[in-house]
Amino acid sequence: MIFDILTIFLSVALVGNYVFSQTLGICPFLGVSSSPSTALGMGLAVTFVMTLSNAATYLIFDLLLRDRFEYLQTVVFILVIASLVQLIEMMLKKLLPTLYRSLGIYLPLITTNCAVLAAANNAVSDESINGSFLFSTFYGFSAAIGFTIAIVIFSGVRARIDEEDVPKPFRGTPITLICAGIVAMIFNGLLSGIRF
Amino acid sequence: MESFLSILIPVLAVGGLSILFGLLLAVASKIFHVHTDERIHEIRTHLPGANCGGCGYPGCDALADALLTNDELLCRCSALNEDQRNKIAEILGSTPSHTESKLAFVRCGGCNGNAKNQKKKYLYSGLADCTSASLLGGGAGACYYGCTGLGSCLKKCPFGALSLKNGVAVVDRNKCTGCGSCIAACPKGLIVLLPKTSAYAVACASLDRGVVTKSACDAGCIGCRICEKCCPEGAIRVENGLAVIDQGKCTGCGLCQNKCPRSSIVPV
Repeated sequence: MIFDILTIFLSVALVGNYVFSQTLGICPFLGVSSSPSTALGMGLAVTFVMTLSNAATYLIFDLLLRDRFEYLQTVVFILVIASLVQLIEMMLKKLLPTLYRSLGIYLPLITTNCAVLAAANNAVSDESINGSFLFSTFYGFSAAIGFTIAIVIFSGVRARIDEEDVPKPFRGTPITLICAGIVAMIFNGLLSGIRF
Repeated sequence: MESFLSILIPVLAVGGLSILFGLLLAVASKIFHVHTDERIHEIRTHLPGANCGGCGYPGCDALADALLTNDELLCRCSALNEDQRNKIAEILGSTPSHTESKLAFVRCGGCNGNAKNQKKKYLYSGLADCTSASLLGGGAGACYYGCTGLGSCLKKCPFGALSLKNGVAVVDRNKCTGCGSCIAACPKGLIVLLPKTSAYAVACASLDRGVVTKSACDAGCIGCRICEKCCPEGAIRVENGLAVIDQGKCTGCGLCQNKCPRSSIVPV
Protein backbone atom coordinates (compact mmCIF):
# COMPACT_ATOMS: atom_id res chain seq x y z
CA MET A 1 0.00 0.00 0.00
CA ILE A 2 2.63 2.52 1.08
CA PHE A 3 4.89 1.32 -1.70
CA ASP A 4 2.08 1.84 -4.22
CA ILE A 5 1.45 5.37 -2.98
CA LEU A 6 5.15 6.19 -3.12
CA THR A 7 5.40 4.74 -6.62
CA ILE A 8 2.50 6.86 -7.87
CA PHE A 9 3.88 9.99 -6.26
CA LEU A 10 7.45 9.60 -7.52
CA SER A 11 6.48 8.50 -11.00
CA VAL A 12 3.97 11.29 -11.57
CA ALA A 13 5.34 14.20 -9.54
CA LEU A 14 9.05 13.76 -10.21
CA VAL A 15 10.16 11.22 -12.82
CA GLY A 16 7.23 11.71 -15.17
CA ASN A 17 6.69 15.35 -14.23
CA TYR A 18 3.76 16.72 -16.22
CA VAL A 19 5.53 19.89 -17.26
CA PHE A 20 9.13 18.84 -17.67
CA SER A 21 8.89 15.35 -19.13
CA GLN A 22 5.35 15.21 -20.57
CA THR A 23 5.13 18.88 -21.68
CA LEU A 24 1.59 19.27 -20.41
CA GLY A 25 0.17 22.49 -18.97
CA ILE A 26 2.75 24.67 -20.69
CA CYS A 27 0.38 27.64 -21.09
CA PRO A 28 0.02 28.42 -17.35
CA PHE A 29 3.63 27.31 -16.85
CA LEU A 30 4.83 30.15 -19.09
CA GLY A 31 2.01 32.57 -18.41
CA VAL A 32 1.77 32.65 -14.63
CA SER A 33 5.39 32.03 -13.63
CA SER A 34 6.58 35.63 -13.58
CA SER A 35 6.85 35.78 -9.78
CA PRO A 36 7.10 33.05 -7.11
CA SER A 37 3.98 34.18 -5.24
CA THR A 38 1.66 34.04 -8.27
CA ALA A 39 3.29 30.78 -9.34
CA LEU A 40 2.53 29.26 -5.96
CA GLY A 41 -1.06 30.54 -6.15
CA MET A 42 -1.51 28.95 -9.56
CA GLY A 43 0.10 25.72 -8.34
CA LEU A 44 -2.24 25.52 -5.36
CA ALA A 45 -5.28 26.22 -7.53
CA VAL A 46 -4.23 23.47 -9.94
CA THR A 47 -3.67 21.07 -7.03
CA PHE A 48 -7.12 21.85 -5.70
CA VAL A 49 -8.88 21.37 -9.04
CA MET A 50 -6.84 18.37 -10.21
CA THR A 51 -7.45 16.39 -7.03
CA LEU A 52 -11.19 17.01 -7.14
CA SER A 53 -11.49 16.51 -10.89
CA ASN A 54 -9.67 13.19 -10.73
CA ALA A 55 -12.04 12.02 -8.04
CA ALA A 56 -15.10 13.14 -10.04
CA THR A 57 -13.95 11.81 -13.41
CA TYR A 58 -13.00 8.47 -11.91
CA LEU A 59 -16.45 8.07 -10.39
CA ILE A 60 -18.15 8.99 -13.67
CA PHE A 61 -15.88 6.62 -15.56
CA ASP A 62 -16.53 3.78 -13.16
CA LEU A 63 -20.29 4.22 -12.97
CA LEU A 64 -21.09 5.15 -16.53
CA LEU A 65 -18.40 4.54 -19.08
CA ARG A 66 -16.38 1.48 -18.10
CA ASP A 67 -16.80 -1.48 -20.49
CA ARG A 68 -19.66 0.31 -22.26
CA PHE A 69 -18.55 3.41 -24.12
CA GLU A 70 -14.99 4.09 -23.07
CA TYR A 71 -14.40 5.95 -26.33
CA LEU A 72 -16.48 8.85 -24.96
CA GLN A 73 -13.97 9.29 -22.15
CA THR A 74 -12.33 12.50 -23.42
CA VAL A 75 -15.60 14.26 -24.26
CA VAL A 76 -17.23 13.38 -20.97
CA PHE A 77 -14.13 14.30 -18.97
CA ILE A 78 -13.97 17.75 -20.50
CA LEU A 79 -17.61 18.24 -19.60
CA VAL A 80 -17.08 17.05 -16.05
CA ILE A 81 -13.97 19.17 -15.47
CA ALA A 82 -15.53 22.34 -16.89
CA SER A 83 -18.68 21.99 -14.79
CA LEU A 84 -16.67 21.08 -11.72
CA VAL A 85 -14.49 24.18 -11.96
CA GLN A 86 -17.60 26.35 -12.36
CA LEU A 87 -19.19 24.71 -9.34
CA ILE A 88 -16.04 25.08 -7.23
CA GLU A 89 -15.80 28.72 -8.18
CA MET A 90 -19.36 29.40 -7.06
CA MET A 91 -18.94 27.49 -3.83
CA LEU A 92 -15.69 29.22 -2.95
CA LYS A 93 -17.20 32.65 -3.67
CA LYS A 94 -19.98 31.95 -1.20
CA LEU A 95 -18.35 29.83 1.46
CA LEU A 96 -14.65 30.77 1.49
CA PRO A 97 -14.33 34.34 0.13
CA THR A 98 -10.71 34.63 1.27
CA LEU A 99 -9.64 31.53 -0.63
CA TYR A 100 -11.71 32.72 -3.59
CA ARG A 101 -9.86 36.03 -3.66
CA SER A 102 -6.46 34.33 -3.70
CA LEU A 103 -7.34 31.55 -6.16
CA GLY A 104 -10.18 33.27 -8.03
CA ILE A 105 -8.23 34.68 -10.94
CA TYR A 106 -6.54 31.36 -11.65
CA LEU A 107 -9.60 29.09 -11.49
CA PRO A 108 -11.12 29.95 -14.90
CA LEU A 109 -7.68 29.45 -16.46
CA ILE A 110 -7.58 25.89 -15.20
CA THR A 111 -10.83 24.81 -16.94
CA THR A 112 -9.01 24.35 -20.20
CA ASN A 113 -5.67 23.26 -18.78
CA CYS A 114 -4.60 20.15 -20.66
CA ALA A 115 -2.72 18.82 -17.63
CA VAL A 116 -6.02 18.40 -15.76
CA LEU A 117 -7.54 16.40 -18.62
CA ALA A 118 -4.37 14.36 -19.02
CA ALA A 119 -4.34 13.49 -15.32
CA ALA A 120 -7.96 12.32 -15.53
CA ASN A 121 -7.29 10.34 -18.70
CA ASN A 122 -4.10 8.73 -17.42
CA ALA A 123 -5.59 7.83 -14.06
CA VAL A 124 -8.25 5.57 -15.56
CA SER A 125 -5.79 3.78 -17.83
CA ASP A 126 -2.69 3.64 -15.61
CA GLU A 127 -1.90 0.16 -14.32
CA SER A 128 -0.49 1.33 -11.01
CA ILE A 129 -3.90 2.82 -10.14
CA ASN A 130 -5.36 -0.67 -10.24
CA GLY A 131 -8.95 0.48 -10.44
CA SER A 132 -8.94 2.19 -7.09
CA PHE A 133 -10.80 5.45 -6.47
CA LEU A 134 -8.38 6.61 -3.77
CA PHE A 135 -5.32 5.93 -5.92
CA SER A 136 -6.88 7.83 -8.80
CA THR A 137 -7.48 10.86 -6.59
CA PHE A 138 -3.96 10.62 -5.26
CA TYR A 139 -2.67 10.37 -8.83
CA GLY A 140 -4.29 13.74 -9.60
CA PHE A 141 -2.88 15.24 -6.42
CA SER A 142 0.65 14.00 -7.20
CA ALA A 143 0.55 15.25 -10.77
CA ALA A 144 -0.53 18.68 -9.49
CA ILE A 145 2.24 18.72 -6.89
CA GLY A 146 4.67 17.99 -9.73
CA PHE A 147 3.17 20.90 -11.66
CA THR A 148 3.50 23.18 -8.62
CA ILE A 149 7.15 22.18 -8.12
CA ALA A 150 7.87 22.90 -11.78
CA ILE A 151 6.16 26.28 -11.90
CA VAL A 152 7.67 27.50 -8.62
CA ILE A 153 11.19 26.42 -9.64
CA PHE A 154 10.75 28.14 -12.97
CA SER A 155 9.44 31.37 -11.43
CA GLY A 156 12.75 31.58 -9.55
CA VAL A 157 14.63 31.18 -12.81
CA ARG A 158 12.51 33.87 -14.44
CA ALA A 159 13.15 36.29 -11.60
CA ARG A 160 16.84 35.98 -12.44
CA ILE A 161 16.28 36.40 -16.19
CA ASP A 162 14.35 39.63 -15.57
CA GLU A 163 17.38 41.15 -13.89
CA GLU A 164 19.79 40.13 -16.61
CA ASP A 165 20.77 42.15 -19.62
CA VAL A 166 19.36 39.80 -22.26
CA PRO A 167 20.33 40.42 -25.92
CA LYS A 168 17.47 42.23 -27.64
CA PRO A 169 16.25 39.47 -30.04
CA PHE A 170 15.95 37.05 -27.11
CA ARG A 171 13.99 39.28 -24.73
CA GLY A 172 10.62 38.07 -23.52
CA THR A 173 9.27 34.75 -24.76
CA PRO A 174 12.37 33.43 -26.61
CA ILE A 175 14.65 33.49 -23.57
CA THR A 176 11.83 32.12 -21.39
CA LEU A 177 11.38 29.12 -23.72
CA ILE A 178 15.13 28.50 -23.93
CA CYS A 179 15.40 28.54 -20.13
CA ALA A 180 12.33 26.28 -19.79
CA GLY A 181 14.10 23.77 -22.03
CA ILE A 182 17.29 23.95 -19.99
CA VAL A 183 15.41 23.55 -16.69
CA ALA A 184 13.52 20.56 -18.13
CA MET A 185 16.81 18.96 -19.19
CA ILE A 186 18.32 19.48 -15.76
CA PHE A 187 15.21 18.10 -14.07
CA ASN A 188 15.16 14.99 -16.26
CA GLY A 189 18.91 14.57 -16.03
CA LEU A 190 18.81 14.53 -12.23
CA LEU A 191 16.06 11.94 -12.12
CA SER A 192 16.96 9.78 -15.10
CA GLY A 193 18.77 7.33 -12.82
CA ILE A 194 15.54 6.43 -11.02
CA ARG A 195 13.61 3.53 -12.51
CA PHE A 196 10.51 1.78 -11.27
CA MET B 1 -31.73 -1.04 -35.44
CA GLU B 2 -28.55 -2.29 -33.85
CA SER B 3 -26.41 0.40 -35.42
CA PHE B 4 -29.04 3.05 -34.71
CA LEU B 5 -28.99 2.19 -31.02
CA SER B 6 -25.18 2.21 -30.91
CA ILE B 7 -25.36 5.87 -31.94
CA LEU B 8 -28.42 6.84 -29.92
CA ILE B 9 -27.24 5.56 -26.56
CA PRO B 10 -23.95 7.51 -26.44
CA VAL B 11 -25.75 10.62 -27.71
CA LEU B 12 -28.33 10.29 -24.98
CA ALA B 13 -25.65 9.57 -22.39
CA VAL B 14 -23.54 12.62 -23.20
CA GLY B 15 -26.59 14.80 -23.83
CA GLY B 16 -28.16 13.65 -20.59
CA LEU B 17 -24.96 14.34 -18.67
CA SER B 18 -24.71 17.83 -20.16
CA ILE B 19 -28.31 18.64 -19.22
CA LEU B 20 -27.75 17.19 -15.75
CA PHE B 21 -24.62 19.29 -15.20
CA GLY B 22 -26.38 22.33 -16.64
CA LEU B 23 -29.24 21.95 -14.18
CA LEU B 24 -26.81 21.29 -11.36
CA LEU B 25 -24.93 24.50 -12.11
CA ALA B 26 -28.17 26.44 -12.42
CA VAL B 27 -29.29 25.21 -9.00
CA ALA B 28 -25.83 25.87 -7.55
CA SER B 29 -25.80 29.41 -8.89
CA LYS B 30 -29.06 30.04 -7.00
CA ILE B 31 -27.83 28.42 -3.79
CA PHE B 32 -24.40 30.02 -3.84
CA HIS B 33 -25.54 33.39 -5.13
CA VAL B 34 -23.51 36.23 -3.63
CA HIS B 35 -25.09 39.64 -3.61
CA THR B 36 -22.66 42.21 -4.97
CA ASP B 37 -23.32 45.90 -5.13
CA GLU B 38 -23.62 46.89 -8.81
CA ARG B 39 -21.96 50.19 -8.03
CA ILE B 40 -18.64 48.36 -7.55
CA HIS B 41 -18.57 47.55 -11.24
CA GLU B 42 -19.47 51.12 -12.21
CA ILE B 43 -16.81 52.60 -9.93
CA ARG B 44 -14.30 50.12 -11.24
CA THR B 45 -14.78 51.35 -14.82
CA HIS B 46 -13.83 54.88 -13.76
CA LEU B 47 -10.76 53.86 -11.74
CA PRO B 48 -7.48 53.82 -13.68
CA GLY B 49 -7.10 50.03 -13.53
CA ALA B 50 -3.33 50.11 -13.17
CA ASN B 51 -3.46 48.28 -9.80
CA CYS B 52 -0.48 50.36 -8.65
CA GLY B 53 -1.33 50.01 -4.97
CA GLY B 54 -0.70 53.70 -4.31
CA CYS B 55 -3.97 53.95 -2.38
CA GLY B 56 -2.89 51.30 0.13
CA TYR B 57 -5.29 48.65 -1.22
CA PRO B 58 -4.11 45.60 -3.22
CA GLY B 59 -5.67 46.88 -6.44
CA CYS B 60 -8.41 48.95 -8.03
CA ASP B 61 -11.04 46.30 -7.27
CA ALA B 62 -10.22 46.41 -3.58
CA LEU B 63 -10.38 50.20 -3.56
CA ALA B 64 -13.76 50.15 -5.35
CA ASP B 65 -15.02 47.80 -2.67
CA ALA B 66 -13.69 50.00 0.14
CA LEU B 67 -15.09 53.18 -1.44
CA LEU B 68 -18.64 51.93 -0.97
CA THR B 69 -18.34 52.15 2.79
CA ASN B 70 -16.01 55.12 3.01
CA ASP B 71 -16.14 57.69 0.20
CA GLU B 72 -13.35 59.76 1.75
CA LEU B 73 -10.93 57.17 0.39
CA LEU B 74 -11.43 58.71 -3.05
CA CYS B 75 -8.59 61.15 -2.39
CA ARG B 76 -6.23 58.21 -1.92
CA CYS B 77 -6.15 57.50 -5.65
CA SER B 78 -3.76 59.99 -7.16
CA ALA B 79 -4.12 58.62 -10.67
CA LEU B 80 -7.69 59.89 -11.10
CA ASN B 81 -8.29 62.97 -13.18
CA GLU B 82 -10.90 65.56 -12.24
CA ASP B 83 -13.50 64.07 -14.55
CA GLN B 84 -13.19 60.53 -13.23
CA ARG B 85 -13.20 61.75 -9.64
CA ASN B 86 -16.45 63.63 -10.19
CA LYS B 87 -18.08 60.63 -11.86
CA ILE B 88 -17.19 58.29 -9.00
CA ALA B 89 -18.38 60.83 -6.45
CA GLU B 90 -21.65 61.01 -8.37
CA ILE B 91 -22.06 57.23 -8.19
CA LEU B 92 -21.36 57.31 -4.48
CA GLY B 93 -23.64 60.30 -4.00
CA SER B 94 -21.01 62.43 -2.30
CA THR B 95 -19.32 65.71 -3.08
CA PRO B 96 -15.89 65.29 -4.65
CA SER B 97 -13.05 66.34 -2.40
CA HIS B 98 -10.27 68.24 -4.06
CA THR B 99 -6.81 66.90 -3.65
CA GLU B 100 -3.57 68.33 -4.81
CA SER B 101 -2.26 66.21 -7.66
CA LYS B 102 1.36 65.21 -7.44
CA LEU B 103 4.17 64.56 -9.82
CA ALA B 104 7.26 62.40 -9.42
CA PHE B 105 10.60 64.12 -9.87
CA VAL B 106 14.06 62.55 -10.18
CA ARG B 107 16.55 64.59 -8.19
CA CYS B 108 19.43 64.00 -10.56
CA GLY B 109 20.12 66.07 -13.63
CA GLY B 110 22.58 63.55 -15.06
CA CYS B 111 25.47 66.03 -15.30
CA ASN B 112 23.52 68.20 -17.72
CA GLY B 113 22.89 65.37 -20.17
CA ASN B 114 26.50 64.35 -19.95
CA ALA B 115 26.18 61.45 -17.50
CA LYS B 116 27.46 58.81 -19.90
CA ASN B 117 30.75 60.61 -20.46
CA GLN B 118 31.50 61.03 -16.76
CA LYS B 119 34.38 59.22 -15.14
CA LYS B 120 33.42 55.86 -13.65
CA LYS B 121 34.81 54.44 -10.42
CA TYR B 122 34.84 50.99 -12.00
CA LEU B 123 33.21 49.04 -14.81
CA TYR B 124 29.96 47.49 -13.59
CA SER B 125 28.82 44.33 -15.32
CA GLY B 126 26.35 42.70 -12.95
CA LEU B 127 22.58 42.44 -12.72
CA ALA B 128 20.84 45.28 -14.55
CA ASP B 129 19.29 46.45 -11.30
CA CYS B 130 19.90 49.69 -9.40
CA THR B 131 19.91 48.09 -5.93
CA SER B 132 22.53 45.50 -6.90
CA ALA B 133 24.69 48.16 -8.52
CA SER B 134 24.47 50.58 -5.60
CA LEU B 135 25.50 47.86 -3.13
CA LEU B 136 28.96 47.87 -4.73
CA GLY B 137 30.48 51.03 -3.33
CA GLY B 138 27.40 53.08 -4.10
CA GLY B 139 27.41 52.30 -7.80
CA ALA B 140 29.90 52.81 -10.59
CA GLY B 141 29.25 56.53 -11.11
CA ALA B 142 31.72 59.06 -9.76
CA CYS B 143 28.89 60.77 -7.86
CA TYR B 144 27.74 58.76 -4.87
CA TYR B 145 24.28 60.35 -4.90
CA GLY B 146 23.54 60.19 -8.63
CA CYS B 147 21.18 58.05 -10.69
CA THR B 148 22.78 54.73 -11.65
CA GLY B 149 20.87 54.76 -14.94
CA LEU B 150 19.91 51.09 -14.80
CA GLY B 151 16.21 51.85 -14.70
CA SER B 152 14.79 49.83 -11.81
CA CYS B 153 12.16 52.56 -11.40
CA LEU B 154 11.06 52.12 -15.02
CA LYS B 155 9.85 48.62 -14.29
CA LYS B 156 7.84 49.77 -11.26
CA CYS B 157 5.89 52.52 -13.03
CA PRO B 158 2.43 51.18 -13.93
CA PHE B 159 1.83 54.10 -16.28
CA GLY B 160 5.03 53.98 -18.32
CA ALA B 161 5.88 57.53 -17.33
CA LEU B 162 9.58 56.98 -16.66
CA SER B 163 12.25 56.63 -19.30
CA LEU B 164 16.03 56.71 -19.49
CA LYS B 165 17.44 59.77 -21.19
CA ASN B 166 21.21 60.13 -21.49
CA GLY B 167 21.70 57.54 -18.74
CA VAL B 168 19.35 59.12 -16.20
CA ALA B 169 15.70 58.37 -15.34
CA VAL B 170 13.34 61.12 -16.50
CA VAL B 171 9.65 61.56 -15.63
CA ASP B 172 7.15 62.29 -18.40
CA ARG B 173 4.86 64.77 -16.68
CA ASN B 174 1.97 64.01 -19.04
CA LYS B 175 1.94 60.34 -18.10
CA CYS B 176 2.90 60.60 -14.40
CA THR B 177 -0.07 60.38 -12.04
CA GLY B 178 1.90 60.80 -8.82
CA CYS B 179 1.06 57.36 -7.43
CA GLY B 180 4.54 57.04 -5.94
CA SER B 181 5.16 53.43 -7.00
CA CYS B 182 8.64 54.36 -8.21
CA ILE B 183 9.86 55.94 -4.97
CA ALA B 184 10.75 52.68 -3.24
CA ALA B 185 12.49 51.33 -6.35
CA CYS B 186 15.29 53.90 -6.18
CA PRO B 187 18.07 52.77 -3.81
CA LYS B 188 19.43 56.33 -3.83
CA GLY B 189 16.10 57.83 -2.76
CA LEU B 190 16.24 60.23 -5.71
CA ILE B 191 12.56 60.23 -6.57
CA VAL B 192 10.27 62.62 -4.69
CA LEU B 193 6.68 63.70 -5.17
CA LEU B 194 6.18 67.38 -5.93
CA PRO B 195 2.89 69.26 -6.27
CA LYS B 196 1.93 69.18 -9.94
CA THR B 197 1.88 72.99 -9.93
CA SER B 198 5.61 73.16 -9.14
CA ALA B 199 7.58 75.24 -11.64
CA TYR B 200 11.19 74.59 -10.66
CA ALA B 201 13.07 71.95 -8.70
CA VAL B 202 16.65 71.17 -7.78
CA ALA B 203 17.84 68.31 -9.97
CA CYS B 204 20.54 67.20 -7.56
CA ALA B 205 20.65 65.21 -4.35
CA SER B 206 24.37 65.45 -3.60
CA LEU B 207 25.24 66.23 0.01
CA ASP B 208 28.98 66.27 -0.79
CA ARG B 209 31.06 69.39 -0.35
CA GLY B 210 31.21 71.64 -3.38
CA VAL B 211 34.70 70.58 -4.41
CA VAL B 212 33.77 66.91 -4.45
CA THR B 213 30.54 67.51 -6.35
CA LYS B 214 32.33 69.69 -8.86
CA SER B 215 34.91 67.02 -9.62
CA ALA B 216 32.27 64.34 -10.21
CA CYS B 217 29.59 66.22 -12.10
CA ASP B 218 29.05 69.14 -14.49
CA ALA B 219 25.75 70.20 -13.01
CA GLY B 220 25.59 69.20 -9.33
CA CYS B 221 24.54 71.68 -6.67
CA ILE B 222 27.60 72.95 -4.77
CA GLY B 223 25.65 74.86 -2.14
CA CYS B 224 26.91 78.30 -3.23
CA ARG B 225 23.76 80.04 -1.90
CA ILE B 226 23.36 82.30 -4.95
CA CYS B 227 19.79 81.04 -5.43
CA GLU B 228 19.04 81.53 -1.74
CA LYS B 229 20.10 85.16 -1.95
CA CYS B 230 18.42 85.96 -5.27
CA CYS B 231 14.98 84.43 -4.54
CA PRO B 232 12.55 87.34 -3.98
CA GLU B 233 10.13 85.12 -2.06
CA GLY B 234 12.73 83.50 0.22
CA ALA B 235 11.57 80.11 -1.00
CA ILE B 236 15.03 78.58 -1.35
CA ARG B 237 17.26 77.46 1.47
CA VAL B 238 20.59 75.64 1.34
CA GLU B 239 20.68 72.72 3.76
CA ASN B 240 23.73 70.45 4.11
CA GLY B 241 25.24 71.89 0.96
CA LEU B 242 22.13 71.34 -1.14
CA ALA B 243 19.52 73.86 -2.29
CA VAL B 244 15.92 73.05 -1.34
CA ILE B 245 12.93 74.82 -2.87
CA ASP B 246 9.84 75.37 -0.73
CA GLN B 247 7.15 74.73 -3.35
CA GLY B 248 4.55 76.45 -1.18
CA LYS B 249 6.36 79.79 -1.42
CA CYS B 250 7.76 79.47 -4.95
CA THR B 251 5.98 81.68 -7.48
CA GLY B 252 7.80 80.26 -10.49
CA CYS B 253 9.56 83.49 -11.46
CA GLY B 254 12.54 81.53 -12.78
CA LEU B 255 15.16 83.90 -11.37
CA CYS B 256 16.99 81.08 -9.58
CA GLN B 257 17.29 79.04 -12.76
CA ASN B 258 18.93 81.98 -14.54
CA LYS B 259 21.28 82.74 -11.67
CA CYS B 260 22.40 79.18 -10.86
CA PRO B 261 26.04 78.87 -12.01
CA ARG B 262 25.78 75.07 -12.12
CA SER B 263 22.41 74.78 -13.89
CA SER B 264 21.20 72.50 -11.09
CA ILE B 265 17.77 74.16 -10.97
CA VAL B 266 15.52 72.95 -13.75
CA PRO B 267 11.91 73.46 -14.81
CA VAL B 268 9.84 70.49 -13.61
